[in-house]
Amino acid sequence: MFLSPQMNQLSIHNLRVSIAEQEIIRGLSLDVPKGEIHAIMGPNGSGKSTLAKVLAGHPDYKVTTGEVQMDGENVLELAPDERARKGLFLAFQYPSEIPGVSIANFLRAAVQARLPEGEELEATDYYAKLYEKMDLLEMDRSFTSRSVNEGFSGGEKKRNEILQLAMLDPKYAVLDETDSGLDIDALKVVANGVNSLRSPNLGVLLITHYQRLLDYIIPDHVHVMVQGRIVRSGGKELALELEEKGYESYETVKDEVAEPALA
Amino acid sequence: MEIERNIGNFAYPETHTHDAGVGLTEKTIHFISDIKDDPDWVREFRLKAYKTFMSKPMPTHWASKDLEAIVFENIRYYLSGGTQPKRNWEDVPDDVKRTFERLGIPEQERKFLAGVEAQFDSEAVYSNIKKAVGEQGVIFVGSAEGLKNHPEIFRKWFGKVIPIGDNKFSALNSAVFSGGSFIYVPPGVKVKHPLQAYFRINAENFGQFERTLIICDEGSELTYMEGCTAPKFNTATLHSAVVELVALKGAKLQYITVQNWSSNVFNLVTKRGLAHEDAEVKWIDCNIGSRLTMKYPGVIMKGRRARGEVLSIALAGDGQHQDTGAKMIHAADETTSNIISKSISIGQGRATYRGLVQIPKHLKNCKNNTECDALLINSTSRTDTYPAITVRGTGNSVQHEASVSQVSAEQIFYMQQRGLTEAQAMSLSVNGFVNDLVRQFPMEYSVELKRLIELEMEGSVG
Repeated sequence: MFLSPQMNQLSIHNLRVSIAEQEIIRGLSLDVPKGEIHAIMGPNGSGKSTLAKVLAGHPDYKVTTGEVQMDGENVLELAPDERARKGLFLAFQYPSEIPGVSIANFLRAAVQARLPEGEELEATDYYAKLYEKMDLLEMDRSFTSRSVNEGFSGGEKKRNEILQLAMLDPKYAVLDETDSGLDIDALKVVANGVNSLRSPNLGVLLITHYQRLLDYIIPDHVHVMVQGRIVRSGGKELALELEEKGYESYETVKDEVAEPALA
Repeated sequence: MEIERNIGNFAYPETHTHDAGVGLTEKTIHFISDIKDDPDWVREFRLKAYKTFMSKPMPTHWASKDLEAIVFENIRYYLSGGTQPKRNWEDVPDDVKRTFERLGIPEQERKFLAGVEAQFDSEAVYSNIKKAVGEQGVIFVGSAEGLKNHPEIFRKWFGKVIPIGDNKFSALNSAVFSGGSFIYVPPGVKVKHPLQAYFRINAENFGQFERTLIICDEGSELTYMEGCTAPKFNTATLHSAVVELVALKGAKLQYITVQNWSSNVFNLVTKRGLAHEDAEVKWIDCNIGSRLTMKYPGVIMKGRRARGEVLSIALAGDGQHQDTGAKMIHAADETTSNIISKSISIGQGRATYRGLVQIPKHLKNCKNNTECDALLINSTSRTDTYPAITVRGTGNSVQHEASVSQVSAEQIFYMQQRGLTEAQAMSLSVNGFVNDLVRQFPMEYSVELKRLIELEMEGSVG
């Protein structure tokens, strides 16, 4: 497959990642084609969030081997901002606060950064689009003048992530524990937002600990991640099975996987 | 808009006809006084100041040892192509005109200024005020013209707010001063648009010593803005100005500085305002660039209900030290002062806040508010705060807050993930940090400041 890379997918092949000499991801392979939603589920500490950060290019993590390609292009050599401008979006589990910078100005800078050199963003078009997306996410207009994530509730932070996703039109979106910290109403709003963005031009990797989110965002595929590897893949029914039986049935698998790392 | 990274970093060959040579002696003082055709009292003032300068030791209470790097014998104290500023850009010599055109001064004048003075090394080369403003009786001329043509106002206040012996550098300025503005606003006149001065150093091994005196008569209002740049030379350049402001009863005077000195400039400036009854003096001070800046704008609140304010932003990049702050001297009842200082240290840059607030025991109902916020960008930078607040008596109140925050790697990563480069991310963080303060600035200057911060951040990222 990697000899003739597929142009319409995010491909992760045999990825190994360490932080401070400790291996977190241990040979993970996964393809997310455009137009599909893939869910990764797994217990705490399985490396799910590490995977999200590595895809986005976080400097703390070291890729020891493997490849990540976006539409056939190797992205591991690219700086985080280059990956972002080429169409990779990460909705953070814990988004940073940017004191003094309003959401409107922040997003405007981000949209501007995607325009060709010398081209100025048209303010009226920008605000029209911004307000349209905010309505979709049931966000109050006054929200845009607040500083990015500063003093936000958990739900507001997650909604803000989805607003940015909607505004930046990525090709691939990684949603890291987007459901954590949300009450059921906020969860529905966020899920509606993501569902409305479903399109043949967007591939989504949904990282979650609980099956709950998948009641509202129906995935095409579900993968189980344990100890830095995908140990099982299946359809959406796999999520229900996990909900019922938990991750315990993979404990033995987990041990097997863990062995070589200890050796 | 095309943005040059080192917007002020260019110099044209020198064509000065008047050059006081290198070093400072009594002869230098006479040379300057002769060329400028000083009245006797000014010559005597200079000679007295020269003696004070020579007798005063270098300040030691000002933390930095870097001052020792200034070699007064190697500096040129006066350089000019003539002492008469032109009223028309057409008449300004080509090289000099090109310099100011590159800095955008004539364009800004057309757009939003009520008057402009442009100083090139020691003397103003251009000085003009819009006709309507002049007709209101507003005087806006160079300091030399002020002392000659308006002695009755000039002499009354000159050297009174900042005496010769205030500090070693105010003495030096008093000895060799040249250039700077003299402004007088008559009673009740509210000047709608800002007056601006632009100070440009073009020559190497040079000291610029402009002297500015602004008097706002009763009930008048004025905003004055100054900008400064110099090319980057390998040797040290000295900028040592004295600025005296007088706001008479009920007057409002706002003085805005956006300096963008190159990293070889020692910027040692004394600035103070005198606020009479119900008057307000406000300093907005943005310090970007320079090797070492020591500047503590002050307000003496002399009349009841006078108000003093200092809003300052300092950006210390690699190899730079911004030692800035404010002085608030309460000398009447019901006076109010406010200090908001924000500093940003990048790389090895160092920012220091040094404040002095005095409210003596016999006064009643005085208030001071001091806020100092520091932002650190990467771990090697340093910030210090030395607030000295002396409040005596029971009827006065004071409030002090300080904070230090850091631009974290996570924050930069978050912004990069949205497509901003590292430099863009940092400059957005810095702009956010100063945002609530910048909102109080006139529009044109907040735009200029934002641009300067962007340029500085671009330069500080590998």
